[in-house]
Amino acid sequence: MGVIRSLKRNFSGFFRKLFNKKNARIGIYGPPNAGKTTLANRILRDWTGDAMGSVSSIAHETRRARRREGVTIQANGNSLTLDIIDTPGLATKIDFHEFMEQGMNEADSKRRAKEATEGVIEAVKWLENLDGVILVMDATEDPFTQVNVTVIGNMEARSLPLLIVANKIDLPEANPSTIRDAFPQHPLVAISALEGNNIDTLYEEIAKRFG
Amino acid sequence: MDLLSEDRLSRMTTVEKIRFILDEVKSGKILVLERGLTPQEEANLIEMTMTLIDPDDFAGIEMETYPAHEDTSLMGKLFKKQPKTRLTVIGPANKIKTLRKDRDMITALVSATK
Repeated sequence: MGVIRSLKRNFSGFFRKLFNKKNARIGIYGPPNAGKTTLANRILRDWTGDAMGSVSSIAHETRRARRREGVTIQANGNSLTLDIIDTPGLATKIDFHEFMEQGMNEADSKRRAKEATEGVIEAVKWLENLDGVILVMDATEDPFTQVNVTVIGNMEARSLPLLIVANKIDLPEANPSTIRDAFPQHPLVAISALEGNNIDTLYEEIAKRFG
Repeated sequence: MDLLSEDRLSRMTTVEKIRFILDEVKSGKILVLERGLTPQEEANLIEMTMTLIDPDDFAGIEMETYPAHEDTSLMGKLFKKQPKTRLTVIGPANKIKTLRKDRDMITALVSATK
């Protein structure tokens, strides 16, 4: 399988150069508060010196998809240029009361909830326009959420590459092996996007999967 | 609670399935789908749910399904067969709460209050 994958990657790289194909579009997906924007910020800071967006402990801080084109990552002796899309957290429910519990007033909570629903729709729409997905999961949480199952199912149905990131391994209760056991068919890298733990391994895996 | 057979759902188009599920869930029902939805249908259902969320009336859905079974046989890999979908529970977010879930078991709390 390794030989076939390597041949496929070499051929796709060759044809991309031959036909001047656009950069691969990689979406960063996951449930709210998994650390998607923290990871996007980490990648951009490491390779462009810039940042993608603000982060917050209150869920649904990212309510519009953000795209950064032409991010060049160097790993495994190769250079890979990607368009990175940081998507709003996917959810099947959005209750404004949860924002009020975090100290927001009712009007702001309702506005945030409304914007969050639009963000989820945008994130779902982006699924049809990607070349691969980095699925960020919180390593302190149960990995069998509907959002994770749906994103993985969509990538498998489209035969697109998927890389699972078990985030927040800097926290003592993190247990990335639970995620590995839940989805053994996909590659996984355990990191802390906040602290930068194991981030070089992530870049190597990104180059391997999306190069 | 309604238990929906695979046959019943297979006679519907994707749009009909999603409309039917959301109408039933919005009316307070919990649905158990024998064979679940395809990943694309799940994504469509999430999208449509978001358009119906109303702060004072409908907070969304709770949907629980097991990860799909991938055909790992040589034939399955060669012909890229769709993963087999599995039993799925869908209900209003204010009536059903998942307590625990693993590859083959879902433990959920169902509330009768509105």
